[in-house]
Amino acid sequence: MTLGISAYGAYVPRYRIKVDEIAKVWGDDADDYKNGLMVTEKSVPDMDEDTATIAVEAARNAILRGADPKKIGAIYVGSESHPYAVKPTATIVAAAIGAGPNMTAADYEFACKAGTAAIQTCMGVVSAGIAETAMAIGADVSQGAPGDALEYTAAAGGAAFVIGKTDLIATINHTCSFTTDTPDFWRREGADYPRHGGRFTGDPGYFKHVLSASKMMLEKAGTKPSDYDYAVFHQPNGKFPTRAAQTLGFTKEQIKQGLTCPKMGNTYSGASMVGLSAVLDVAKPGDRVFVTSFGSGAGSDSFDITVTDRITKVQDLAQKTWDYIKDAKYIDYATYAKHKGKIKVDS
Amino acid sequence: MRDVAIIGAGCTKFGEMWERSFRDIVVEAGAQAIGDAKLNGEEIEAMYVGNMSGGQFVSQEHIGSLIADFTGLASTFHIPATRVEAACASGGLALRNAIIAVASGYHDVVVAAGVEKMTDVETGVTVDALASAADREWEGFMGATFPALYAMVARLHMHRYGTTRDQLAQVAVKNHHNAVNNPRAQFRNEITLDTVKNSTLVADPFTLFDCSPITDGAAAVIVAPADDAKKYTDSPVYVLGSGQATDTISLHNRADFCTFGASVAAGKRAYEMAGVTPADIDLCEVHDCFTIAEILAIEDLGFFKKGQGGPATLAGETAIGGKIPINTSGGLKACGHPVGATGIKQAVECVEQLRGTAGKRQVDGAKIAMTHNVGGTGGTAVCHIFSNERRR
Repeated sequence: MTLGISAYGAYVPRYRIKVDEIAKVWGDDADDYKNGLMVTEKSVPDMDEDTATIAVEAARNAILRGADPKKIGAIYVGSESHPYAVKPTATIVAAAIGAGPNMTAADYEFACKAGTAAIQTCMGVVSAGIAETAMAIGADVSQGAPGDALEYTAAAGGAAFVIGKTDLIATINHTCSFTTDTPDFWRREGADYPRHGGRFTGDPGYFKHVLSASKMMLEKAGTKPSDYDYAVFHQPNGKFPTRAAQTLGFTKEQIKQGLTCPKMGNTYSGASMVGLSAVLDVAKPGDRVFVTSFGSGAGSDSFDITVTDRITKVQDLAQKTWDYIKDAKYIDYATYAKHKGKIKVDS
Repeated sequence: MRDVAIIGAGCTKFGEMWERSFRDIVVEAGAQAIGDAKLNGEEIEAMYVGNMSGGQFVSQEHIGSLIADFTGLASTFHIPATRVEAACASGGLALRNAIIAVASGYHDVVVAAGVEKMTDVETGVTVDALASAADREWEGFMGATFPALYAMVARLHMHRYGTTRDQLAQVAVKNHHNAVNNPRAQFRNEITLDTVKNSTLVADPFTLFDCSPITDGAAAVIVAPADDAKKYTDSPVYVLGSGQATDTISLHNRADFCTFGASVAAGKRAYEMAGVTPADIDLCEVHDCFTIAEILAIEDLGFFKKGQGGPATLAGETAIGGKIPINTSGGLKACGHPVGATGIKQAVECVEQLRGTAGKRQVDGAKIAMTHNVGGTGGTAVCHIFSNERRR
């Protein structure tokens, strides 16, 4: 049975704050951070934006690209910043796009890979015949503690993918995952900001899982890196995916289109998904795409995707990812803090 | 007093060892040393372990018992095991205590080990734990961190003697170059003066590459009476001299901090006991926790006149093949600095050099080797002098 993506959409909020501006506030060396992280600026949600609104915008773009809300039998939204601890974002999205009520829904959490976990669930739900099509969304208004290194990259954005069996714009040929119990980065219930293990998030975290899942995928698919036209790796900064690609044997050219982090930061659950949507925006029929996400805690989901002829019919029907990224309005740290709710106001 | 020899040595790789624990690495080093000396467990009579801060890094005290336990010597032979602490000189001090135990006739075969597992806590916690080697109340609480204290030493040395930024940087360049040939080293990459000068500012004038890293690692040597050494090994390394000294714990109470009085005193005591002078030393492992520390060390130990350490380094006189090879292991900067283990690792490097097994790092014809291990900003110093020839 062929499963794949029948529609997709991304959304990135318009506001941007530069690494220079954040460094100025905390007395950091901006060039050091720009070089070390390979990031120059990050996206910031507006006062009235959050994970729910971003998920809705991305979902609406998928609808513009041909998804029929009445045929969506399941919606899963993955995020680290759901507006509610109890009350799903997924049903807000469903109501906003006119899906349901004959559908199932739930929210997901697995750090930055909650969205790709949702894709895998959609694949299961569709192939089991529970839903004709199913929508997976990864969206976040990521949190970074003031003055912490994460503040330079924790960004906002998301992407939605509709999974089905027919009218596919891309087939998902294989998926596999590598999952362990590795506490490299976490946020306790009720805590405002996540905490992390510093350098422990590197080799034992990101690289162990991304490289293991990717190697599993290459073996499962019987492919080598040069068989792919594009590769997307989870992007907490620009450096990690570049290094992962190099280690596995992918080239800088293969990852370039999907490497959105340098210009918009890390949208956590949305990161690999936004990277994939950027690739689908320009991919040609027959192009093969390799995707490996990473979520702290920890795990990686890998996908082997082939773009179909139908892609050219939908790419232009909604705003493209890099067009969202380039549509930038720069703000200062005070405005950023206001938008992100970092200024203490009496409740 | 009996003469003492090293009959076995072992050392783990140094680096960030996410998958290995405190007890994993110390058992590995101990087993290597015991294997090298071809000992049975029951021949070991006592153990001294250098560890700066098991408490702050892995929430573990009572290290002596822990290590005796996990090396299988506690419930079986109930050996006496003692944890020794002198901040970054813990390893050197553990070795000295083991030597004294054998020299005095109290014990015949003694393990001297050093271990530090520094990566199980966040960097900020590590830096604070290291700061406890300085005067917490009068330096720490006043805002001084370790890099800052040594940076002040560098500033004064540069002001008074004209030591340059390039001369400081060359210490790191040389040590990285040496570590290329040390399979145990944490960093085995060549660097240039520009690499050092263009890296992140830490505490003016120091950048990242002027500072030794955070490292996990363990090392161990076995000491025995010199008269018995050949029973255990064909290549014993004899302890010619040992010296230990203190100075004020804080920099601001020193008479002068372009010299570490503890290093000078410990060095003198070791030279006197060994009956040698600096000119007799073929190679020396010194305590380069920061680049300036190596420059001070080579002056304080008498290899170069005070103020000449910088020019001598830049001129290549401390390279392998130079007048006095310093830190052939890569030093603390490139080999890594698991605090409590460093002093023992320095001894292991000397053992390999004197046995002629140092591979591409070998100092040709090495006969007399020295170690210099410092705690804090010179509050403690421990020096040892070794030879592959029995001199008495």
